[in-house]
Amino acid sequence: MNNIEKFQDPGLPEHIHRKADHDEGAAKKAERQVAILFLFSALGTVLAITSYIFIPNNIVIFIPIMGDQVASQLFLGLGIAMATFFLGMGAVHWAKTLMPDTEVIAERHEFRSEEVDRDAFVATVKEQGGAAGLGRRTLIKRSLGLAGALAALTPIVMLRDLGPQPKKQLNTTSWESGTRLVTDPGDRPIKPSDLEVGAVAQVLPALKAGEERTLENVGKDAVLLIRLNPNEFNLDSERLSWTHDGIIAFSKICSHMGCAVALYEQQTKHLLCPCHQSTFDVTRAAKVIFGPAARPLPQLAITIDSEGYLIAKQPFTEPVGPSFWERNSK
Amino acid sequence: MSQKERIAGGVANYVDERTGAAKWLNKNLKKVFPDHWSFMLGEVALYSFIILLLSGTFLTFWFDPSQRDVIYNGSYQPLQHVQMSAAYASTLHISFDVRGGLLMRQIHHWAALLFMASIIAHLLRVFFTGAFRKPREANWLIGVGLVTLGIVEGFLGYSLPDDLLSGTGIRIAEAILQAIPVVGSYIAFFAFGGAFPGHVFIPRIYTVHVLLLPGAFLALITIHLMLVWYQKHTQYPGPGRTEKNVVGYPLMPVYMAKAGGFFGIVFGITAFLGAVASINPIWLYGPYTPGQISAGSQPDFYMGWLDGLVRMSPPLETHAFGHTISWNILIPGLIVPGILFTGMALYPFIESWISGDKKEHHLLDRPRNVPNRTALGAMSLTFMMVSLINGGNDLIATHFHMSINQIMWMSRIGIFVLPPLAFVITKRICLSLQRADRDLVLHGRETGRLVMLPHGEFVEVHEPISPEKAWTLTSHIQPQALSTATEDANGVAKPKALVNKLRSRMSAANAEQMPAATATEAQELEGGHH
Repeated sequence: MNNIEKFQDPGLPEHIHRKADHDEGAAKKAERQVAILFLFSALGTVLAITSYIFIPNNIVIFIPIMGDQVASQLFLGLGIAMATFFLGMGAVHWAKTLMPDTEVIAERHEFRSEEVDRDAFVATVKEQGGAAGLGRRTLIKRSLGLAGALAALTPIVMLRDLGPQPKKQLNTTSWESGTRLVTDPGDRPIKPSDLEVGAVAQVLPALKAGEERTLENVGKDAVLLIRLNPNEFNLDSERLSWTHDGIIAFSKICSHMGCAVALYEQQTKHLLCPCHQSTFDVTRAAKVIFGPAARPLPQLAITIDSEGYLIAKQPFTEPVGPSFWERNSK
Repeated sequence: MSQKERIAGGVANYVDERTGAAKWLNKNLKKVFPDHWSFMLGEVALYSFIILLLSGTFLTFWFDPSQRDVIYNGSYQPLQHVQMSAAYASTLHISFDVRGGLLMRQIHHWAALLFMASIIAHLLRVFFTGAFRKPREANWLIGVGLVTLGIVEGFLGYSLPDDLLSGTGIRIAEAILQAIPVVGSYIAFFAFGGAFPGHVFIPRIYTVHVLLLPGAFLALITIHLMLVWYQKHTQYPGPGRTEKNVVGYPLMPVYMAKAGGFFGIVFGITAFLGAVASINPIWLYGPYTPGQISAGSQPDFYMGWLDGLVRMSPPLETHAFGHTISWNILIPGLIVPGILFTGMALYPFIESWISGDKKEHHLLDRPRNVPNRTALGAMSLTFMMVSLINGGNDLIATHFHMSINQIMWMSRIGIFVLPPLAFVITKRICLSLQRADRDLVLHGRETGRLVMLPHGEFVEVHEPISPEKAWTLTSHIQPQALSTATEDANGVAKPKALVNKLRSRMSAANAEQMPAATATEAQELEGGHH
């Protein structure tokens, strides 16, 4: 077999000197360039501090492309940007033109130690480790393991008071049978005649005396009312009886991850969640027709009370919002 | 002796008499760092972290991390007398009534984006050049930890103002917690101090955002840099550069000036962006309420891929025995990211197991010379890009007048089809590039000069390349496939035969390459030509 000869390492290429290394004039020029960069930086600081002190915070100026800008923020920012950027540029230019640029070679040593040292180290670990007798004394080993594992439990247990248990809170909302639907915002009760065909309204349950509206309640109670022509529905008789005069009510909280399902397409009668694009068909009881949501939006049964205002016929028959382990879907 | 030299000597003397560190400092001030533009990426991450600490501290002086209800009464007219959380109101205060407040908010946000972008770019550089190989596996693990914490830290950060957009993000995070089987609703209720949104979440994540995670970052970054220092930086292959040396510039003064100057440049660019480019204008979104939302709700880009995965998930839920398991949340939200990040963390060990390579490496790989790794990287990147694009599917649909349903279906199919395709194509490109290198070494550079030979034939004159270039193109490691026999000499199957078979197959794929040109071949060709 003939010897295959590989290419050989020619070693570091010869160093090429910069102009400033041997030409005093070029070096002086580089020095001036660095100084100019540092001066720009100083000017930037002057601009920043002047803008901070002298430009009131409420002056808005129009700048092409950028639009309206708060003048003090803009010039303060440009000043800081100049100050830091040119300081940096100056330092880098200095390093590149005037500081030594000959490449230096440093030796690198393999991390693996000499065999003697390694053997001694291994022996020490074995010997000293063995001296504790952890391997032999299984009683100590096991009880230590037990104690260690148990000790780690305390900090976990102590997090218990971070919050209450969920109990039934994820299953319930404030809607009860007879609760009036009120506008959000405004808290005004509504009559079917307030909604034209094709209209959408966000409603909440009327507050009982002394109750305050909390975001926790809104997060479960928000309901979307949509009015269609009654003949546009494609519902079974039970769900049809949950509508009133073409008005159908759904939980506004997405059954996927809880975002507000707020985009309604009047032509297609689709509801779309802007978070993950789950799409629900209003005419078919908010059946999922696209996207990651696995369940329809829960429908709220509505009717009118003696004064003609819209009320809930009954509470939601299933939990609203995203799924959770304890959710019983049947 | 000039006065300057006397002062310098005096300082050195003062330090040494109190620490005895003369020898150590002398050695380390002369420490050599190799020079390459790609080594700057990690530096950008470090500097943007410092900018984050500085601008973040400024913001804490006015930010009120509280969800108590207040009525806004500041200089932003459209939200006058609106009920909101103190967190949102104080963010408005910072934006409109603190001089430089909006600037600092914008610098902080831009620096966060730059931090994540540079970490990712740095990670890709380390991956594609094989800088994670022995002895640097621990630093790779720390890096994976840092990028993971960075995603969490960024998410918590933009959630703090409690505006309509960020509140929607928290709502989604709560739904992910709630979807965890068995304990999900308990974890969610403990985290939020009761039902969503509650009044404690913003103060809690504030502590995590400004204390716990920055502390973890500081600790991890310190170890990361100490390891770089101690193990010395890797270098690209080239003439004079070996596994046994480091070729570059000394820390003092060249690297101090360059690195310090570069910090200024990064700061300047971030400040410029903060000054001219509006980011996260929370006053336009309004305060958070769970009943409202704005169209085009988007997370920051480093969360976008996760959101894109959730969006493309099919509607899968299991309902059984009175319990619900949301696969449509668990798979894209927890399982797939878990597999991706675990795989990334373990990659150095997997590669070394496949190749059987247990040697130290200080010379970097050119990506083309390790086709399998490069192809795997391209495959992962493609996966991430498809997810990220789907994370913006609503904006793509509205901007380019496309059907969102079609984009979603493209992503659903693309996420399975495109990554393997990227693997195959990248591997072929790598092998072609190797072939091109080989041709270049053996046949020289095409000069573009055409010459007519006496018998009328036209040939293009090739010029031999320099010995430096020939060395750079041929000095790389050429891995050999492991021969792991599945049977012993008597034909009896060895234990773990299946694992060994898998390993030898992967090792063979790993060793697929064009043989590097040798001097012998070059000489033979030389002889043949003339």
